[in-house]
Amino acid sequence: MSVTESTDTSDEAVVDPTERVRRRGADSAVLRMSEAEAAQVGNDPHLHADDQRVLLNMGPSHPSTHGVLRLMLEMEGETVLRSKPVIGYLHTGMEKQGEQLSYMQGSTNVTRMDYASPLFTELAFSLATEKLLEIEIPERATWIRMLMCELNRLGSHFLFMATNGMDLGAVGMMIYGWREREEVIRFLEKVTGLRMNHNYIRPGGVAADLPDGWEYDIARLLEMIPPRLEEYDTLMTGQPIWRGRLQGVGAMSAEEAIALSATGPVLRSAGVPSDLRRDEPYLAYDQVEFDVIVGTYGDCYDRYAIRLNEIRESVRIIGQILEAMPSGDYRVQDKKVTPPPRARIDESMEALIHHFKIFTEGYKVPAGEVYAAVESPRGELGVYMVSDGSSHPYRMHVRAPSFVNLQTMPHLMRDGLIADGVAIISSVDPVMGEVDR
Amino acid sequence: MNAEPDGSTETEDDPTPPAPLRYGAPLTDSRGQAVVHPSRDTWLEVAEAALNDGFDHLTDVTAVDFLEYPGRRDLPDGVEPQRFEVVALLSNIATRERIRMRVQVPVDDPTVPTLFDLWPGSETPEREVFDMFGISFVDHPDLCRILMPDDWVGHPLRKDYAVGRIPVQFKDQGASL
Amino acid sequence: MGLIENVKDDGFEGLEHNFVTGQVESLVQWARTRSLWPATFGLACCAIEMMATGAAHYDMSRYGMEVFRASPRQADLMIVAGRVSQKMAPVLRQVYDQMMEPKWVISMGVCASSGGMFNNYAIVQGVDEIVPVDVYAPGCPPGPETLLHAIFTLHDKINTGELLQRRSDNGGGAGLTIEQRDGQSAPLLIRGAQ
Repeated sequence: MSVTESTDTSDEAVVDPTERVRRRGADSAVLRMSEAEAAQVGNDPHLHADDQRVLLNMGPSHPSTHGVLRLMLEMEGETVLRSKPVIGYLHTGMEKQGEQLSYMQGSTNVTRMDYASPLFTELAFSLATEKLLEIEIPERATWIRMLMCELNRLGSHFLFMATNGMDLGAVGMMIYGWREREEVIRFLEKVTGLRMNHNYIRPGGVAADLPDGWEYDIARLLEMIPPRLEEYDTLMTGQPIWRGRLQGVGAMSAEEAIALSATGPVLRSAGVPSDLRRDEPYLAYDQVEFDVIVGTYGDCYDRYAIRLNEIRESVRIIGQILEAMPSGDYRVQDKKVTPPPRARIDESMEALIHHFKIFTEGYKVPAGEVYAAVESPRGELGVYMVSDGSSHPYRMHVRAPSFVNLQTMPHLMRDGLIADGVAIISSVDPVMGEVDR
Repeated sequence: MNAEPDGSTETEDDPTPPAPLRYGAPLTDSRGQAVVHPSRDTWLEVAEAALNDGFDHLTDVTAVDFLEYPGRRDLPDGVEPQRFEVVALLSNIATRERIRMRVQVPVDDPTVPTLFDLWPGSETPEREVFDMFGISFVDHPDLCRILMPDDWVGHPLRKDYAVGRIPVQFKDQGASL
Repeated sequence: MGLIENVKDDGFEGLEHNFVTGQVESLVQWARTRSLWPATFGLACCAIEMMATGAAHYDMSRYGMEVFRASPRQADLMIVAGRVSQKMAPVLRQVYDQMMEPKWVISMGVCASSGGMFNNYAIVQGVDEIVPVDVYAPGCPPGPETLLHAIFTLHDKINTGELLQRRSDNGGGAGLTIEQRDGQSAPLLIRGAQ
């Protein structure tokens, strides 16, 4: 197809919403054109002399596309007609790499996918491996995982607050968002040793127990964060410019969101109460109390408000974890998957050999295939794993929420202004490391 | 490289009882998760039946290349193993039920009907499978490479595609500067 | 005019203010050091740490560097923050070519420096295959402290003028030598041996 085809939107109102996203051709929201074709159209000024539409390229090195996202936009004046996200600029071959690394090493690989919330990819990977191994992890490990993941959700949403504010011109938010994120990151660094890419949640438990005095740090965080969220409310939520910039921009119905396979805040903003933490409780989420935040209009403002309130819910969950944290082991005492403790290595030759074997060869995982999903800050993050009985995954596929959510972008942007496009990209909050893998 | 020879006896379910049917396709259980095995001819029928049954959310579409693992045993009777397998994960948003569809795709004709007309959300996952495995989705609205550059040769996640590792070299200080 | 007249008449006694003398070159280098404007070239995980360096806690603006320029034509320094894929490599080179001389490159993180743990078909094994790199910052990702250290190292190198000399010697950097390493054709491409 080419841009010359007419855009007939006269009977838009009578069309079923799911039919709208299913359309092909020139009346669709998606610009279905290969890069070569687009370049050809763009290079020939005489091709459509009487046509007012232009093809505009945005990215991949653009300040408001969150990394290396590239968009091809078909514009008429300042109005976006069709658009197409062009991705792959950060394709790292992680799924191929995952087949080269053993289950032991796998979490170092997957943690680098979603770099804003690395612990969730580790968690999904570990849950899938544990399902194949059919092992139960100790209770304390479960609760530590929950604590760390909720903290990571805080960090990720603070990052969203910072970048969302910056993209929309509230540059001060950049400073505020990072201020809180640094506090969270500092605790994660204390526990895992790294600010990002933690490799902390591993099949069989977590890498290390929580450090002494962690309760104090958490209590301090819990005390500090709620008043700062009030500051956000003052700065943004109630502010007329902020509302005017976001309300009604990029709206989507629930049917469209489901048809486009959206998950996470993008789906919840359209009014679908879907949260894997509540719907398919993993870890110990059935033992904590929290609300699933749901929007009404599916616009950018709802997506912002959902994330802001999810911070509050996470704070609530962390408070309950602080109360309920059980004692015990932080990793499973199964010799097959757990290396011996450091102290035993100095004493016993067998322990040393065992340690060496587990780190060089890894452990064998029974053959089979499994899918495990968690609710990451961006939506349903799943790992589909096929094992052939060896110590390396035969196939490791990650269902990345940003990748699938990106499909909603052309539909959100359609018939909006290009300036609103920036708000929409920001509110879908894609992390390109996860999109391209 | 990680393939176990066929001799591995680790199978989860005894093949003797015939697999029950769901939507007219054999249904198996993998670690507590329901899997249906349609053929390529019934792929769309089964998908449509699942959609009408309430599986309104297509969570993901992916594929596996079984070139180095021919001895897998988790297929029900009557399903002929082929080199590729396309996997579609469905879920029911209201009841949170999940089901997986796995279809065998031969290497000499790597085509599957697209699910786009049932779930428009299959568009980019199917493009990814096309890019990474070279499996074409018939009637897909925009089948082109998504992650690799347009002019790339080969499909990286196939098992006969090397990982492309280069040996680490330590350069002479004088030579490169 | 008045200054010169005063000196003519009274020698240095005629000057009303303190002043510093020096070579023009060192003055220029000093000025360049204090106003490095980075181009936003965030790619992956390291970009988050680069943003953290720019935010209040680590505050890059102390060194005159807070102005991240979206247009490469206004930038002096490219911080390649993250892994560079085969698809991104031509874009990176184009952005580099659009920057005005004098320009510098910091390769931030192991992925940009050497490919890191991703030794595979998709990732360029070191951004120095595409653009000349002045400072490599190690780490995965390097913390803001490491990035600041890399920036100080670059400041030192700018101050000595060593970098510009080198560039005039070898004619301005590496050419684009990216080839597809797909493994379809069995022999692996070995860097520097073609």
